[in-house]
Amino acid sequence: MPVTVTEQGNSLTAALSGEIDHHGARTVMNELGELIAARLPRHLVLDLSGVTFMDSSGIAVLLRALREMDRLGGSLRVTAIPTQARRVLDAAGVGRLITLD
Amino acid sequence: MKLELLDQTTIVFSSRSANEGFARAAAACFAARLDPTLDELADVKTAVSEAVTNAIVHAYPDRLGKVSMRLRLYAGGVMEVQIKDTGVGIPDVEKAREPLYTTGNEERSGMGFTIMESFMDSLKVRSAVGRGTTVTMRKRFSRRTGAAG
Repeated sequence: MPVTVTEQGNSLTAALSGEIDHHGARTVMNELGELIAARLPRHLVLDLSGVTFMDSSGIAVLLRALREMDRLGGSLRVTAIPTQARRVLDAAGVGRLITLD
Repeated sequence: MKLELLDQTTIVFSSRSANEGFARAAAACFAARLDPTLDELADVKTAVSEAVTNAIVHAYPDRLGKVSMRLRLYAGGVMEVQIKDTGVGIPDVEKAREPLYTTGNEERSGMGFTIMESFMDSLKVRSAVGRGTTVTMRKRFSRRTGAAG
């Protein structure tokens, strides 16, 4: 599960891709965890445009990223959310916790 | 109301996480015969993913077991998905269905049943401790011109 990273000032954008289900979630979670620990970004943007499928395992990935950014005192934003992933996030009310563009 | 069964299939697979994608794809292929919209197909895939993941993560916590998925197509554009395991079972189904409730680790969000409920028209969960869990979901697809049966 590739995570592609671009950095601009104190903002880090991580583009996720592929299917984020329980099978793939651990890899994404670990890659994101390592990324945050290594770069210590002030603002983290997760770009979901390349995500072809996401279930509740993806929610766990986003919540983990949120916790890690909270610990750093930074912010998290989720952007370019495909329709299917958006419906999953909406059903779970994730917008109350995380900024969804 | 009794629905007229058009066709059915049952697929049995082991509780390996790699089979989550397989189960989603198989359910979507079978559902396609009712000519659902792409959004409706995505809904079925999402619900199947949640139910199969539950079986893989919770039903067989320390061994591989069998997960069986029965797919039924009914006249009027109705699909039924039944996911069955013979694992540890759920002691309190009502509690398990509550949003955010999970017995899993931090890789789980506790939103599986909530998503199944909101993506399908109906959700039934039967479980017996030590005997296993059966999740049955139905969804009626919007009728599009030319949709078969």
